Amino acid sequence: MSSETLSTILFLVIVAVTIGITYWAGRQTKSAADYYAGGRQFSGIQNGLAISGDYMSAASFLGISGAIALSGYDGFLYSIGFLVAWLVALLLVAELLRNSGRYTMADQLAYRMRQRPVRTAAATSTVVVSIFYLLAQMVGAGALVTLLLGIEGDWAIRFTIIVVGLLMIFYVVVGGMKGTTWVQIVKAVLLMTGTILITVLVLAKFHFNISDLLGAAADNTGKGEAFLQPGLKYGVSTTSQIDFLSLGLALVLGTAGLPHILIRFYTVPTSRDARTSVNWAIGLIGAFYLMTLVLGFGAAALLNTGADSKVATSGGNLASPLLAEEVGGGPGSNGGAILLAFIAAVAFATILAVVAGLTLTSASSVAHDIYANVVKKGTATEHDEVRVARIAAFFIGGVAIVLSIFAQDLNIAFLVALAFAVAASGNLPALVLNLFWKRFNTRGATWAIYGGLIVCVGLVFFSPTVSGPTGVFWTSVDFSWFPLANPGIVSIPAGFLFGILGTLTSREPEAEAAYTELEVRSLTGAGSEKAVVH
Amino acid sequence: MTSATSDRGGGNGGVHQRSDHPIYAELQSTPEFAELRAKFQRFVFPATVVFMVWYLLYVVMSMWAHDFMSEKVVGHVNVALVFGILQFVSTFLIAWLYGRYMNTNADPLARKLAQRYDDEVRSVNR
Repeated sequence: MSSETLSTILFLVIVAVTIGITYWAGRQTKSAADYYAGGRQFSGIQNGLAISGDYMSAASFLGISGAIALSGYDGFLYSIGFLVAWLVALLLVAELLRNSGRYTMADQLAYRMRQRPVRTAAATSTVVVSIFYLLAQMVGAGALVTLLLGIEGDWAIRFTIIVVGLLMIFYVVVGGMKGTTWVQIVKAVLLMTGTILITVLVLAKFHFNISDLLGAAADNTGKGEAFLQPGLKYGVSTTSQIDFLSLGLALVLGTAGLPHILIRFYTVPTSRDARTSVNWAIGLIGAFYLMTLVLGFGAAALLNTGADSKVATSGGNLASPLLAEEVGGGPGSNGGAILLAFIAAVAFATILAVVAGLTLTSASSVAHDIYANVVKKGTATEHDEVRVARIAAFFIGGVAIVLSIFAQDLNIAFLVALAFAVAASGNLPALVLNLFWKRFNTRGATWAIYGGLIVCVGLVFFSPTVSGPTGVFWTSVDFSWFPLANPGIVSIPAGFLFGILGTLTSREPEAEAAYTELEVRSLTGAGSEKAVVH
Repeated sequence: MTSATSDRGGGNGGVHQRSDHPIYAELQSTPEFAELRAKFQRFVFPATVVFMVWYLLYVVMSMWAHDFMSEKVVGHVNVALVFGILQFVSTFLIAWLYGRYMNTNADPLARKLAQRYDDEVRSVNR
């Protein structure tokens, strides 16, 4: 049996299992707390797995090992920002948010501020960040799945995007947070299993001697020791160095402002469980990134990564799958075919789990923030709210499918970095200032969110990513006066500054008075949302 | 099933907003709360400064201290790789220390204050 046939079978198994889980979860979903927060009944370990499942996208699973295989040490630089970022979430955000919020990012701000302006701003940012992230995932999925299944052509890519999109809509509409969480847990277990297996097989080839593995990678790529040193990718010029510093800031500060990560903290019964879940996530994500180091250098040591190789032409995405085939016994062997198919299936599960989380986040915010609180001013019933969330998921999923099909030939991977930058520049300043600064108020929060968002998107629009010779959208005209691809180094301080200026230019005694309540509640959990008891 | 909205101090329907219940000011003025806040901040603020400076140092050195980072330590293992691995170690360590610190220093105080809230507010509402 060929590995493509085997992959197809495994893909179908994953589809069947996840549909079963979703159907089961849907039957357990009765209240709004069930739909938005999985009834807050998940344990710390379960949520830790789900967080890992939500966070480790195909971009980090296949992308980082691929980046290491092609650019050596510089590929590894990414993964460190992605991991250290979790300390911001752990120390400053997770527990306090669990205690003071309810279903969405906006809840925590609206607790002491004017509902409508703050919720509109937070919902706008939530939807924009989630859609950017979602489009990058779905366009990537189209190219990736067709590559893994060995099918070709525009229609195959379109078909894949539609299938992934429909599954995503089904998980979110039917299963809500409960279904989505279980899909993410299954994916995290598959991902860790697959990665551990390949890592051990690679290390065994080098008798568990890391130095030998590194030496072989340096030799095989023909780049020598430079391959193991920083600078191959980002050391080209001062601009590229500052650009990486800017990216590093967005990575480390963005994670704790990503709405789809934030709402995961609501799925556990107490703030202590939120802490446990982040600690598990740090352990799992850290272990995973350490293993991608072995996978990346392993691919560089064992595979052909030259300019015409499959690894290079796929932008690094095929490094892990082809490495799996190699350590399983090489092309044509049964072992190789089985491992390749397994890793392809893991990548597929990864895509599904991440896109479902993003769609749920946007739909929750549209229903809970915009519909229930801005339009209906809090008079909507739970039943109505959940119905609107389901309709919103259907609509957002549909829009994402259509946009992804139009964007299938564009390299929109930059949207992931942009999502991190917006989260770091708008959402994080608003959340942190709200939690730690009594004087903070509605104008400060809205200025931080809109200001951070507009500066980020604006700078990227005028960056070499969008126009000019390296532009994704315009190559014949060049209006790229901002030299960096990553806006973080400017937009993050700007976001904080907007938050501070907005606050200082307005007075809101109610928000200041309510800080007492927010502070007590976030630190003690007094009055915080309880788990649903069925 | 208990609805999450019914047991809040102020009880203004479906809106997630401050309750204006006097219990919060009362809890905030207790010595236990002052101790809880001090203990939380005593760990969280310095730790945040430490890991941010440590991370930025790593990024800056990876970009601008090429020669130092390329020094070999053992075999093909260079300073850059060791520095990178140390970022993992420090992240695991801070996460573990934080969990242990909060379990022993903050949780008992938080539990006591939350209990007082439950006794005063939830018993009245019932």
